[in-house]
Amino acid sequence: MEFDALLLSRIQFAAVISFHIIFPAFTIGLASWLVVLEARWLATRDETWKRLYRFWLKIFAVSFGLGVVSGVVMSYQFGTNWAPFSLFAGEVIGPLMSYEVITAFFLEASFLGIMLFGWERVGDRAHFVATILVAVGTLISAFWILSANSWMHTPAGFEIVDGKAVPTDWWAIVFNPSFPYRFAHMVAATFLSTSFAVAGMAAVALRRRSDDTGARRSLAMALGLAAVLAPLQVFIGDLHGLNTAEHQPAKLAAMEGHWRNEGEHGVPLLLFAWPDEAIEGNRAEIGIPHLGSLIITHSWTGTFPALTEFPADERPPVAVVFWTFRVMVGLGLLMIVVAFWAQWRRWRGRLFEDGLFLRLLPWMIPSGFVALLAGWFTTEIGRQPWVVYGLFRTADGATALARHQVLTSIGGFAVVYSIIFGAGLYYVGRMVLRGIVLPEGGTAVEPGGLQQAKRPLSTIGETLDGDDSAGGG
Amino acid sequence: MFEHFTDATGLALWLPLASAGVIGFSVALYVLMDGFDLGVGILFPGAAKPEWRDAMMVSVAPVWDGNETWLVLGGAGLFALFPVAYATLLPAFYLPLTAMLLALILRGVAFEFRFKTEVHKPFWSASFHVGSVVATFTQGLVLGAFVEGKAIEVGAGHWAWLSPFSVFVGLALLAGYGLLGATWIVKKTEGEMQAWARDVAGRLVAVVAVALVIVSVWMPVMAPEIAARWFAWPNVAMLAPVPIVAGILCVAIFVSLRRGGESLPFYGSFALFLTGYAGLAVSLFPALVPGRYDIWQAASGPSSLSFALVGLGALIPMILGYTLYNYYVFRGKVRLEDVDGYH
Repeated sequence: MEFDALLLSRIQFAAVISFHIIFPAFTIGLASWLVVLEARWLATRDETWKRLYRFWLKIFAVSFGLGVVSGVVMSYQFGTNWAPFSLFAGEVIGPLMSYEVITAFFLEASFLGIMLFGWERVGDRAHFVATILVAVGTLISAFWILSANSWMHTPAGFEIVDGKAVPTDWWAIVFNPSFPYRFAHMVAATFLSTSFAVAGMAAVALRRRSDDTGARRSLAMALGLAAVLAPLQVFIGDLHGLNTAEHQPAKLAAMEGHWRNEGEHGVPLLLFAWPDEAIEGNRAEIGIPHLGSLIITHSWTGTFPALTEFPADERPPVAVVFWTFRVMVGLGLLMIVVAFWAQWRRWRGRLFEDGLFLRLLPWMIPSGFVALLAGWFTTEIGRQPWVVYGLFRTADGATALARHQVLTSIGGFAVVYSIIFGAGLYYVGRMVLRGIVLPEGGTAVEPGGLQQAKRPLSTIGETLDGDDSAGGG
Repeated sequence: MFEHFTDATGLALWLPLASAGVIGFSVALYVLMDGFDLGVGILFPGAAKPEWRDAMMVSVAPVWDGNETWLVLGGAGLFALFPVAYATLLPAFYLPLTAMLLALILRGVAFEFRFKTEVHKPFWSASFHVGSVVATFTQGLVLGAFVEGKAIEVGAGHWAWLSPFSVFVGLALLAGYGLLGATWIVKKTEGEMQAWARDVAGRLVAVVAVALVIVSVWMPVMAPEIAARWFAWPNVAMLAPVPIVAGILCVAIFVSLRRGGESLPFYGSFALFLTGYAGLAVSLFPALVPGRYDIWQAASGPSSLSFALVGLGALIPMILGYTLYNYYVFRGKVRLEDVDGYH
């Protein structure tokens, strides 16, 4: 494998988009979570809801900020590193991305200011509207970007003129065949990831102070949602898989490690295997006979196209697709187990009792994000060697840059993203360790803070420095 | 009226023109709006007291994100409406654009992180300042190299964007954004801090005036084709008011700063930028990638243009509406308690 500009550009794109997607995923979930919290506060006027809102708002703001700055990068990546691809697909992808900016980004950016800083200025009702608009904005953004991405998997509504894709039917482009499934799967994934992140952080806080009422409410609500969404996601994922079987059979064959069809034996479901492209088969295969047929074709001996039925240069890298898919599914199943366990404990009235369960939850914080990234790796690497499936190869899409240029930019992104990711984790961690909503006003944000405007300005708010004690401020 | 420039008629004439208008509008709004919040970052270390720095940050905290979104629209809009220009210009400026993006990241996160810490505050202050300076300088560098045109010739070297002219424009833009930032601070603060910003703005308007003169002489000397355009009829008539208006604006800003004007210096600086921008647009029109593609050659087909323009035409007025609302909510002198209630 030669580290030429093409490979370096691919590494860079994979890195910057993987880094980026974590934050929108978290903010999509948190924005809706904040709508629920503010609605509860407006309905009940129970101060705990407002303080809960304020707490998660700060986490939301950190995540949103990281998403914004890493997102600006994305709107330039296609041009800087993927100029031939931009020429080929720009007339289709470009307008979709423009719609994302004008229907979502401006909405989010403008009302975020009011959400964060404007409560006292605009009053409760307008503030609630701002929260809703930001939440809607995050979903609109997901709509457009997943439409654009799905078009690259299942292109529709275009014709090829002079070597580029020219749109003929925008409805068919926006609602291309894989879009509804991918959109549903992704939105469910963002809510699920957020549920486990919220529950895990709440568990950290709860284990430090068992009287943290904010942590209790957060944990119960988040895992309640997860108990519904985690099984639902299996159903949506199955539909998405069937859609892949129909439109991208080579990807599906790689996901299943399915090299060749063997007649009436059907296709097994492989639990473990080491796919090896050199021998066009799997090493150390452990599978459940016929289950693959049953899941994909809903029949005992049904078959679907196998890898060897595609020319070698139209197959995706098999092992990485096979394994990232299993990581995603495995984590999804784990989430179901944990969410159901939580409901059982809740039924027994032991949800907040310290023990194995509360010790496990913090480890689940990254579970949704890891599953989400693994799923994206499956679908994007599974589309290879194409950047636009069946039409345009990734190898033809990269700008003819010099190696030193791409190495420089990769180095820059690595350093800067490490700093901001590290800082984000650190400050969010500090906030959680201080407690979410403690009794007698022990949170970092005093609702009465507005009366303290005369104090020295350099101590705006309270900082997160120092040896934190469980009690916080 | 465009028969000098193209044979296109009807929709083939007007859709690309309208598209260029949208891109031009986005870039102009970006320069004005992110210009003043980048300027605030450029001036950051000049503030004598820590409270001033907090006030500067708070004054732009609710709006910087929306301001920067115009840059995203510029990028995405170019991708949609002029993919050829997008695919030509961005690789030509690979390193300065990458540096700009990294700098925008470092200054953007400072808004979140700086108020969360005393211990690391100097680091995030530095990241806000250095990020603002580098982002501004690289934007000027790219603008200068774009006008100069060497970096976008076929077969241009990887470093062709680096020239005395592009470096000069980079430095000039630091003064320009600095002026926008300083007059913004005048508008948003009072007392001793406002006096400081007034003083800085007064100096910067002089620097900007000198820089404008130098660029205006340098450009036609450097590029005979620009000289030919400027001094040919009817362009000379269209361009003649530009230096006059710019001169009047510089004087007006300066005088208003002296006489205690609070908003006029800021809006005057806006107008000064727009004047320079208009002059540049007239000099380059109808080229989109100077020397290679004009607006009509670089435009997407009618299906993409009309689909995108329907949305842009309908939504940009709405965006402007709620952007104005956002500024209206945070109108008046900066209130530090806004951020106090949040962090």
